[in-house]
Parts: sequence; C-alpha cells; structure tokens
Amino acid sequence: MDTPRQEPQIKIRARKLSFFYEGGHQALFENDLDIPERRITAVIGPSGCGKSTHLRTYNRIYSLHRGQRAEGEVLLDGQNILDPKTDLLTLRRRVGMIFQKPTPFPMSVFDNVAYPLRLHFKLGRKEIEERVEAALQGASLWDEVKDQLRKSGLALSGGQQQRLCIARAIAAEPEVLLMDEPTSAIDPVATLKIEDLVLRLRERFTIVIVTHNMQQAARISDRTAFFYKGRIVEVGPTKQIFTAPREKKTEEYITGRFG
Amino acid sequence: METIERPVVAERPAAPQADGPTLVGLGRPPYKTLFWRKLQDNLVQGFSVAALALAVGVMVWILATILIRGSEALSWDFLTTVSAPHGFKGGIGNALVGTLYVTLFAALIAVPPAICAGIWLAEFGKRSRLADTLRFSANVMMGMPSIVVGLFVYMILVVPMGANSGLAGSVALAILMFPVVMRTTEDMLMMVPDTLRESGLALGLTRCRVTLQIICRAARNGMVTGVLLAVARVSGETAPLLFTAQFAKGWPTHFFTGPTANIPVLINDYGMSNFEDLQTAGWGASLVIAALVLSINIIARVAFRDKKD
Repeated sequence: MDTPRQEPQIKIRARKLSFFYEGGHQALFENDLDIPERRITAVIGPSGCGKSTHLRTYNRIYSLHRGQRAEGEVLLDGQNILDPKTDLLTLRRRVGMIFQKPTPFPMSVFDNVAYPLRLHFKLGRKEIEERVEAALQGASLWDEVKDQLRKSGLALSGGQQQRLCIARAIAAEPEVLLMDEPTSAIDPVATLKIEDLVLRLRERFTIVIVTHNMQQAARISDRTAFFYKGRIVEVGPTKQIFTAPREKKTEEYITGRFG
Repeated sequence: METIERPVVAERPAAPQADGPTLVGLGRPPYKTLFWRKLQDNLVQGFSVAALALAVGVMVWILATILIRGSEALSWDFLTTVSAPHGFKGGIGNALVGTLYVTLFAALIAVPPAICAGIWLAEFGKRSRLADTLRFSANVMMGMPSIVVGLFVYMILVVPMGANSGLAGSVALAILMFPVVMRTTEDMLMMVPDTLRESGLALGLTRCRVTLQIICRAARNGMVTGVLLAVARVSGETAPLLFTAQFAKGWPTHFFTGPTANIPVLINDYGMSNFEDLQTAGWGASLVIAALVLSINIIARVAFRDKKD
C-alpha cells in the first residue's frame, strides 16, 4: 500500500473519450484524463461543458438512456469498461456514485444502508448491523441518526440525506466514488460537512468529484481538470491549476471572468 | 477589468479517527455470486416481453379480424348510403353521421364544465374537503357501468320527453366523459411546477391570468390529449345509447326530438341478426368505428405531443 506522499497508481485512464447524445450531438471530444488512486480529482468547468457527461461514462450509467453512446476507452485498472462485454453489475459494484440531488430510497435509514450489503454480500444479521454502523460512521452521520435508524430516509434533512447516500455507496465497498455535484443542492454548512467527509474518504477510495464551485475544488482536491466545451483544457495538481494555470482559458475561468 | 480573488488552495487537515467500527477495520467481505441476480433479471425481462407479445398479439388479432371481415363490406356507397333492412342494398351513412352528432354534442356538453372543474381542482380546490369529495365522486362515476348511465338518462330525459332522441344519447355520453376530462385536466395542471405559478404572481399577474394564460398554456397539449382520448373512449360506447339515442332507419334529421342512428347500436343490432348481409355490414361498421377511434388516438398522441426541442 502506498502512503499519500508516494506517487499514486492510476486507477482510471480515459483515452480519446468522445460522447454522443441521442441524435448525434457530440458532448465530449477525445478526452484524455488520468485519475490517480486514492486521491481526489476535481472536474470543473462552466455549465454544459461536459463534466457530468464525462463522469457518467466511468460507471456507464448513461447506458440507461437510449441513443447515448461513448467512443474511445475508459480503462479501469487497465480494463476497458466501454467494451460491450463489460459486466455492468460488476462494474457498478466497483464504481459507486453520488448524485446532485440526494436520492435516499423510500425505506428506513437503516435499510437504505443495509440494502447494498444484503445485495452484494453474504452476511449475518450481526455483521450487517456492524457494517451499517461503520458506513454511517464513515459518512459522519452515525451520531445524528443512531437513535432514529427506523425512521424513513426521506425524513432527514437535505445534507443528512446526501450523507446517507454516501453511507449507502461506501457500504457496498466500491473502489471508486463518483460524485456529480454532490453539494449543489445543499446548504453551506452541510456542504462543509460533506467536504470534510470527502477528505476523509480519500484514505480509502479513489474519488472523482464534479463541481461548479471552484472554492470547493480548491479546498478538497489533489488534482483538477478544467473542461470547456467538451474538451479538457488543462489538468494538473490543484495548487498549480489555481495559482499558475498554463492556459489562458483556465486563468479566465478561475478568476471568474466567464462561466 | 474586475478580477476576483483566486480561491485559496487548502492545506490538507489530518483525517480524524472515528471511535466506532470502521470500514477499514471490517474490510470487504467476499461478494455473492451474480448468477441468481442475472437469472432473475432475465426471467423478469422474458416475462415482460411475453406479456407484451400477448397484449400486442390480441390487439393484432382483433384488428386483423375486423379488417378481414369488415373490408368485404367497405365501399364508398357503404359509407354514404342510408341503412336498409335485409335483402336491400344499404349502407351505414346515417349511423356514421349520427355517431358524429351524438359524440360531438356530448363533447360540447361535457368538455367546458369538465375543464373548468379540473382547473378548480388543481389550482383552487387542492386538498380541501369539497375538492376531495369531487374527486371521489369522479372516481365513482368512472367506475359506474355505462348501461346504468343509459338507464338514468332514459328516466330523466326520454320518459319526460316521450321519445328517444340523439340529444339523450349525447347527455349519456357527456356524463361518461365529464369525470375523465376533469381528472386528466387536473393531472396535467398538477404537473406544471409551482415555481411557474410563483413567477407569474411575482410579476404582478392575478391568479386568474396566471392560471389561464400561463399554467393552462403550459398544460395545453396534455389537456387536449385528454379530451381527444375521452372522445375516442365514448364514441364506441353502446350500452348508454341503447335506451337513449336508440336507432333510426333514416338520416339523423331529428337529433333533438327523435331516435338517431349511430354506429355502436347498428353493430349491436346487425351483429345479432341472422342475415348474412346484415352481419357483413356489421363487420364493416366495426371496421369504420375502430379506424375512427384509432385515428383519434394516433392524432392525440402525435399531434399534441409535448415537443422538447
């Protein structure tokens, strides 16, 4: 196992990744991007630049929608997941996802987290309880919900719901966590909590976070990729992107001149 | 040019340690096999496809039967000449015109109040007691056997007037249409997001203008579709017309005061007759009404679909 100081392995490599919506509208143009293992990679850019679209290829979640298709390669541990032979259940077991709006399932807090556990693993009652607690601890939610585990997940506040979704995602023991603007529907205090949480999760998971909040990218990420009009303009260590961007477009975006 | 301060890149805080069990400590347990889940997935998919094939198959069967048996009778003369008894050459012209009269007049009676009621339910009544009562009654009405409605109209219109009439048939169909149109109107309006209502009010519009000019416009396609589907639904209803519009041998010249020919009752009468020429005419009439209903459905779905782009 490598410590954070060492040069990390590359978990996901996108190569010449292009994406088309129904009717042939092209949303991504030959994206090349490396996602280092157990680091936080932030994806920033103005609305409609393709950052979410890019993220949604990593677990092929787009394949729910008719007529959407990706070209090129997305290599997860060297294996191209865009290959039609890829088993989607296995892929999604390895790559978890958090969405913009919290999406607790219509069941109790406990069952929300226990659901993926029962689905993926053969575990006894006791083990499930132990893991639900661990996942809720891991999502910094345990102290707030430990006395109301039987309550509906939908009854929690927005920030709590989002942390519940994170607990649900990490309970499945994925290797990668995709976060698609996870705090954009959540108030600032809850946002800070989630940011702290994401920083802690970095120890265990490879995290890719799409955000329209540049401060957030600066605060939590190790590397930042700047997208513009479906192309990756610049990728680099977050510090360099925000202090000494090489591209003029990046400079303009992070100083708020457009976007 | 104004520049905004660059975001500050944070120093990374040390990760706090949780007290309880940690996921790191527990590790990833062995995965369950995916075999059963995939088998289940395939079974459900197979079942869905089979169910779909069954539904489509029955529909194709019905349509094919009507098409084969009905096309024998079909001709321009068949559509335009008046019906005739066994042994004489006749058509369904009077029944076709009668059905158009009865159905359109029913829509004229039912649609305006039903739309108003739907608007009231969605925009003003909401969850009030009166609104809930109205919704409940509408649901009861939708479940009411249509022959009961026919009998009811017979009691309140045909008996006092002393004669069957096309108007009575229209009233019976209107009673069937009203709850359907009201509920679809309400459903369509409820799908319009509240932010649109608030934006209208925030501009200083009255409730009335917001409702009629913004909300109804946003829901217009759905509302028109609802009306067309209701028309298609009742235009083939037979039971309510048996006691009301009944049937007439001639052209529908006395819509308000006398029996009026119509396709469903014609099919009912001819289908039960022992004469082959009348049975063939019955199949022809079935083909015509099926084609009519189908085309209204298709028009409703295609022409009034919400266009996104």
